[in-house]
Amino acid sequence: MRDVAVVGIGVMRFGELWETPLRDLCVNASLQAVEDAGVDRVDSIVVGSMACGLFTEQEHVAALAADYLGLGPVPATRVEAACASGGAALRAGFAEVASGLSDVVLVLGVEKMTDVSGDATTAGLATAAEQEYETFYGATFPGMSAMIARAYMERYHAAPEHLAAVAVKNHAHGALNPLAQFQNTITVDDVLQSVLVADPLHMLDCSPVSDGAAAVVLCSAETARRARKRPIRITGVGFATDTISLYRRPDLTRMAAVERAAKAAYAMARRAPGDIQVAEVHDGFTIMEICSIEELGFVPRGQGKDAAPSGLTALGGRIPVNPGGGLKARGHPVGATGVAQACEIVTQLRGEAGKRQVPGARIGLTQNMGGSAGSASVHIFEA
Amino acid sequence: MITARVWREKKPRYLNQIGRCKGCGRLFFPPRRVCDGCRGREIETRAMSETGRVLTYTIIRVAPPAFAQEVPYAVAVLEMDDGARMLTQVTDVAPEDIRTGMRVRLEFRKIRQHGRTGVIAYGHKAVPE
Repeated sequence: MRDVAVVGIGVMRFGELWETPLRDLCVNASLQAVEDAGVDRVDSIVVGSMACGLFTEQEHVAALAADYLGLGPVPATRVEAACASGGAALRAGFAEVASGLSDVVLVLGVEKMTDVSGDATTAGLATAAEQEYETFYGATFPGMSAMIARAYMERYHAAPEHLAAVAVKNHAHGALNPLAQFQNTITVDDVLQSVLVADPLHMLDCSPVSDGAAAVVLCSAETARRARKRPIRITGVGFATDTISLYRRPDLTRMAAVERAAKAAYAMARRAPGDIQVAEVHDGFTIMEICSIEELGFVPRGQGKDAAPSGLTALGGRIPVNPGGGLKARGHPVGATGVAQACEIVTQLRGEAGKRQVPGARIGLTQNMGGSAGSASVHIFEA
Repeated sequence: MITARVWREKKPRYLNQIGRCKGCGRLFFPPRRVCDGCRGREIETRAMSETGRVLTYTIIRVAPPAFAQEVPYAVAVLEMDDGARMLTQVTDVAPEDIRTGMRVRLEFRKIRQHGRTGVIAYGHKAVPE
């Protein structure tokens, strides 16, 4: 396999972007990434999007992006893995460059979620679960994470305050990120006093509904020498699946796909969890960050709950997690998230993260998951 | 939504039909062609135990349109006495009185109506044993 580097990033501020059509989300992030890279050509486009058809009635989004970017006739295809669609697209783009099939690949993550009612968004997100045997009975997407949260809290004696601390930390980080959807700080009381969505999860345990896009330009190490900025290598790639149905998991507190994806990425990069200096982790719900940092090997099992309250995963802690604000504060246009995480880590490893910079960070990790960890993606980046 | 989507799932949902791998004994709800434990393809079907216990649960307070009239309602992961697992609603009990480990029995109930067509779908809900 050839070495692969990120040479350009493009990420916009996520939010309720009513004035911006889907095609402009695609174009704005992509142009920014191509200009950041300084490349004069793109050989292929890979788009990650979970449900653009359900949310905007527009499928065929990869061809739409290629067309409006003026990049036709380059090949352009879409990859889908629910909320891990962005991570899956990054992996597909990596494979194209590593194999030699393409030399310069634009990886775009995009989702436009606010064109439909809140009901329709909720129903669309629930399609990540088993439709005929989970959603059928009235389970919702937050409800699935709520059941994981209850199992975890009862096993490890965690309190709602432990979950809330994750949202508090990620809002504090988001307040330092000019591209975060929410740049306000919140308190544990704010989280616990927000409405219950699915016990024990409150509204502020949940990432928001967002519109947005993010893009990266990947190329071979040789081509990367001509890039405008220091190339950031992708040294580890891992992806794994688990039962799509939560109810069939032997241990309801585990996210085994995250562990398997992480093991594959660590092995490929010849790195260990202790080598990671900064991480972007999938906090679609607060419990997801707690379980994920255990599966990633940052903390022992059962101790994920203590990481945010103790400051371990805050900026200035041993392993800062979600310096960009995470899904909670940066926003979560589902297909864009895996690519936005990569943009944040590249920004950190370039030393361009401003007030949220992790000093001297050289090795970073992104972890993106689909559904209730039915899919998981992990990438390792090195300066 | 066409009625076929409902009637083709009748056997698992109405009869609580599960699959059992003849190779390794793993149970599946609904039945499936390939065992995800040993990849065996000899799967026999049988009825799921009608009693079991709550492994974890939540109280849904924000629901999709098909269930919006029912909030708050409880959804749980159940482990039946034969070891099979399913997810369904727990009813005939105040949601706040549900506990992990609670014994339940399955009852045949209306589950939902589908979209504009109004097709009624039945299945099993859990009630306190």
